[in-house]
Amino acid sequence: MQPDTPSAPPALELAGVAKSFGSVVALKSADLRVEKGSIHALIGENGAGKSTLVKIVAGLYRRDDGTLALDGEPVDFHTTAESKAAGIAVIYQEPTLFPDLSVTENIFMGRQPTRRFGRIDRRAMREEACALFDRLGVRIDPDRPTDGLSIADQQIIEIAKAISLDARVLIMDEPTAALSGVEVDRLFAVARALRDEGRALVFISHRFDEIFDLCDTVTVMRDGAYVDTLPVADTTVDGLVRMMVGRDVAELFPKLPAEIGDDVLVVDGLSQPGVFHDVSFTVRAGEIVGLAGLVGAGRSEVARAVFGVDPYASGSVRVDGEPLPPGSPRAAIGRGLALVPEDRRKQGLVLDQTVARNVTLAIRERLSRWGLVWDGLENAAARTWASRLEVKTAALDAETGTLSGGNQQKVVLGKWLASDPKVLIVDEPTRGIDVGTKAEVHRLLSRLAQQGVAVLMISSELPEVLGMADRVLVMREGRLTGELDRADATPEAVMHAATAEEALR
Amino acid sequence: MTRVSTGSTGEVAAGTAGQSAAGQAAAGQGMAADAAGRVYTAHSRPLWRRVLLTREASIIGLLLAVLAVATLTVPNFDSPLTTTFLLREITPILLVALPMTLVIITEEIDLSVASVIGLSSVVVGLCVQAGWPFPSAMALAVAVGAVAGAVNGALVTFVGLPSLAVTIGTLALFRGIAVGLLGTTAISDLPEFWTGLTRQNIPGTPVPLVMILFVVLALACAVVLHFTPVGRSLYAIGLNKEAAAFSGIDVGLTKFWLFVTSGAVSGFAGVYFTLLYSNARGDNAIGMELQVIAAVLLGGVSIFGGRGALHGVIAGVLLIGVLGSALRLSGVTSDLITIVTGLLLIASVTSARALTWLHQRRARPGRR
Amino acid sequence: MTAGTAPAPSLVAGAAHLLKARETGIGIALVAVVVVATVLNPAFVFSSDGFRDLLLTPSILMVVAVGQAAVIVTRNVDLSVGSVVGLVAYLTGTLLRDVPGIPIVVVVLAGIGFGAALGLVNGALVAYAKVPALVITLGTMYVYRGINVAWTGSDRINASDLPGAFRALGTGKLLGIPLLTILAVAVLVAAAWYLRNLRGGRELYAIGSDPAAAQLYGLRVTRRVLAAFVACGALAGLAGVLFAARYGTVSSNAGFGWELQAIGAAVIGGVAISGGVGTVWGAALGAYLLLTINRALPIIGVDDFWQRAVVGALIIGAIVLDRVLAVRQHRRLVGQREAEREVTA
Repeated sequence: MQPDTPSAPPALELAGVAKSFGSVVALKSADLRVEKGSIHALIGENGAGKSTLVKIVAGLYRRDDGTLALDGEPVDFHTTAESKAAGIAVIYQEPTLFPDLSVTENIFMGRQPTRRFGRIDRRAMREEACALFDRLGVRIDPDRPTDGLSIADQQIIEIAKAISLDARVLIMDEPTAALSGVEVDRLFAVARALRDEGRALVFISHRFDEIFDLCDTVTVMRDGAYVDTLPVADTTVDGLVRMMVGRDVAELFPKLPAEIGDDVLVVDGLSQPGVFHDVSFTVRAGEIVGLAGLVGAGRSEVARAVFGVDPYASGSVRVDGEPLPPGSPRAAIGRGLALVPEDRRKQGLVLDQTVARNVTLAIRERLSRWGLVWDGLENAAARTWASRLEVKTAALDAETGTLSGGNQQKVVLGKWLASDPKVLIVDEPTRGIDVGTKAEVHRLLSRLAQQGVAVLMISSELPEVLGMADRVLVMREGRLTGELDRADATPEAVMHAATAEEALR
Repeated sequence: MTRVSTGSTGEVAAGTAGQSAAGQAAAGQGMAADAAGRVYTAHSRPLWRRVLLTREASIIGLLLAVLAVATLTVPNFDSPLTTTFLLREITPILLVALPMTLVIITEEIDLSVASVIGLSSVVVGLCVQAGWPFPSAMALAVAVGAVAGAVNGALVTFVGLPSLAVTIGTLALFRGIAVGLLGTTAISDLPEFWTGLTRQNIPGTPVPLVMILFVVLALACAVVLHFTPVGRSLYAIGLNKEAAAFSGIDVGLTKFWLFVTSGAVSGFAGVYFTLLYSNARGDNAIGMELQVIAAVLLGGVSIFGGRGALHGVIAGVLLIGVLGSALRLSGVTSDLITIVTGLLLIASVTSARALTWLHQRRARPGRR
Repeated sequence: MTAGTAPAPSLVAGAAHLLKARETGIGIALVAVVVVATVLNPAFVFSSDGFRDLLLTPSILMVVAVGQAAVIVTRNVDLSVGSVVGLVAYLTGTLLRDVPGIPIVVVVLAGIGFGAALGLVNGALVAYAKVPALVITLGTMYVYRGINVAWTGSDRINASDLPGAFRALGTGKLLGIPLLTILAVAVLVAAAWYLRNLRGGRELYAIGSDPAAAQLYGLRVTRRVLAAFVACGALAGLAGVLFAARYGTVSSNAGFGWELQAIGAAVIGGVAISGGVGTVWGAALGAYLLLTINRALPIIGVDDFWQRAVVGALIIGAIVLDRVLAVRQHRRLVGQREAEREVTA
């Protein structure tokens, strides 16, 4: 599966591409050379700039510097429509569908087959949609609205859409994150077929087994810059990880020994139909419990239900032996729970507000004197936490949206540490932040456990879970499928519990 | 992406926290020492820029400019009588604009306020006609307003409907009930003591007595909005209600009570309106909802929620009132005043947009 | 894996779909109102005046509601339509009065063109300045109405000022059906066809359903939204011309309050204020129902004065119903998918 010797120009070539948002540098200098008839893996840690690169190729962002060429021709996209017209199809991480429209319409929107007078040929459109699903080997009703479809199905529709575009370059940004084993196999078969037709594919993934299974070439990025490109056959997982991280992996997770105390958070038989079923676990003082599983396994949903943001149908949550009323984050906070949510931009922060307001939002009532709050009080509290966590910001009244991802995450952590929690639930605490900050977050969690805080850590990064957790819980399709002590928690054991029969694929 | 020194993360607190109280005063210098001894200034811009370069300041400036020009050029504009009439007339708008500001800051809207004024007016009229003592009639009218607000609030928060659609519906519904109860008749036989009260001024000034009540209410609103945890949650809800919910704010309940407040204040404004014109009618204050909203938006409140301040809103209402009064005194017909109001509104929102756009282009990371 | 062989929707399925459609409910309500009113007073339908009014009264609002629906589908709203109707109605009257012998076609086109231009102002401000339509059209509502009042003053166009041929447009009939109604229905059919069968129409739905996704798709969001506002303005302009033809008298408050009636009609007809859902058929039926109920109320024995309250209750009822249906449909769709999974697994 070696790429052809580049006698023909590459299908897609980027050189020295840079992009900044205000003061935040997302891409310093990205290079990428994708040959025709090749499946090219693009890897790097979260925050390495992969998604920014994809959005530049897609015409969603405009690059500040560097060159972009298709088939050797320099190109410059102002809109997504131009990129599409040039034969580039992109499958984004999150599906972007129109919930009110039918599956078929979603696939063909903007380029429906037409008959006379520009009338849309619904029959042809529907038949083509069915043919696409056949080719992908899935069964989705082409006439139903996309509202209510699972993430996996939505992802399939995105893929069908991209294939139907008949693109020269197909970019897939973590398309398998929410797919089951069978669905992944089908996707790969389609990808190989497209490669054999001479198309170029870019495949972004965090799963090394998939990269070694599917791709022929791999490009590594780190901190917004190009690191290296090599044939997959010439490399190993360890080698790739070292290039991605820029240092040895063991250094990353400085788990400190902590004294484990009594049960603090006890969750018993928590169920919400269609979301999670009969989930029971405990977290003890000073303990870090990892919650692993595939995206969509229901981990975040459980965390949200425990915290009271989402409802649950049955079961109970106890803190220090006392039951916690359901559906009230306010009560949860009062009882010493804190949740650092999965999506910090949407759930964790008010991006348009200042750092000070964000840090003090959850403790606004505790902070008030005679029922009043003012800037001085907020700034004092915010200053304490900003300096403890070394948040890089010009001033406390900087809008939080102007900070880098890692610093935003620090603000969220500061916001919840300010509430002096007994139980800290962190959902993907290091997603999309740079390596240095990542290590800081890990050290911080470790220290909190040492101080007796009960920590529940949801993470999709296996090394993080294995490195940090005293105990690992695994979820699959809304159920707890495994509980492993630190000593027993090997990658194989966790993956087996997370994927069951598909583990040995 | 910047690499942070992986120094002692957990324990730097000390020194920097002490100077916090001085934070407010220490406006100005945007210095930031690097490494562990980082100093966090409270503000990145000097005080004068934070105060003067705001939407509120520009509206207040515009108001002062119009006042100055009108006083100099429009005959009789500076007479006490003008002031009295001007304030009397815009009091209902001023009153209703207060809760409307809070509602819009949470990214909702209440189009039914003028209909509630009409309904309250009819309730007062009917009660007086039935021989009720006036204070009870007034209390009932305010209560009816609160119930009307609760209907809006319940439909928006508990049923989960968009407030624009709900209050377009209740705009027709409440007005319809008002007109239905009283038909086209009017009740003008109101107790003279109370109607007289609305025409009295604070002794020795041209300012109507009712303005005392307004100032008290406005201060209460301003304190709640700008200096309480509740106020903080209103802004958070308006900017990102999901993050607000994750921070322990009961978004639904908060909005519900805002709609109730909006209804109750509109109910009170209805009583005042009835007394001022000695006329209880179903079609009182028709169309006033749009005047109120126009004034609030002109005062710098963002229709997207989360931005705006009460002093800007008050200046916005006054600006529309003063402009109208000055134009009328200089013989301009009311239609031109309508045009000016509309143009002001459009100009104010588009200019705000243009400014943020420029600002974002310079300083902000692009949001998708 | 039988997706490819799944049969295309059959006639039976089509009929079932039609029965379940939101518009059918409104249609049934409309028929029920007419039947009850007719039983109580046969003259409601079975008199030449009754029959004419039944068809004629809602026609003009229907035209406005169709344009409004197209805008609401894109997750916008146009509050200025009432002012546009008034302004164009006066323009029409003035043209006919002050330019003797002007061809009626020219007047109609001028009215539509002027309406479209006013819509273009709205659309440009919304699409390019990225300010919510609610605010912009609130502003233009004032401005257009102000211009109208300033221009009209205390002047009034009277029926006697208008040429008979033009008045015939408002009163004339073809095969017993008022011309105005035929025109309104033609507009409705054309708009419905466009929204259902052309790419541009479908893209309006896509934009309203998820504006951010529409941008990612590479749809020309700005241009489409602009077009929707222009169309809405043009239809409001046409309604202004028809207003002059139907009523003959035009003063400065023609079309006052129509914006809320048109939005109400669309909402009653199942057009979701949050965009992406609903049809112009629904909006037209909503307009029809609104005005027919108004006429039926006195016959049913409800005082005239309660009309507005009934309209309000209808709007609230319609949106609550839509919400309940949407929640149920969402649950059903999730359930359907779960069931399919079980089968495949």
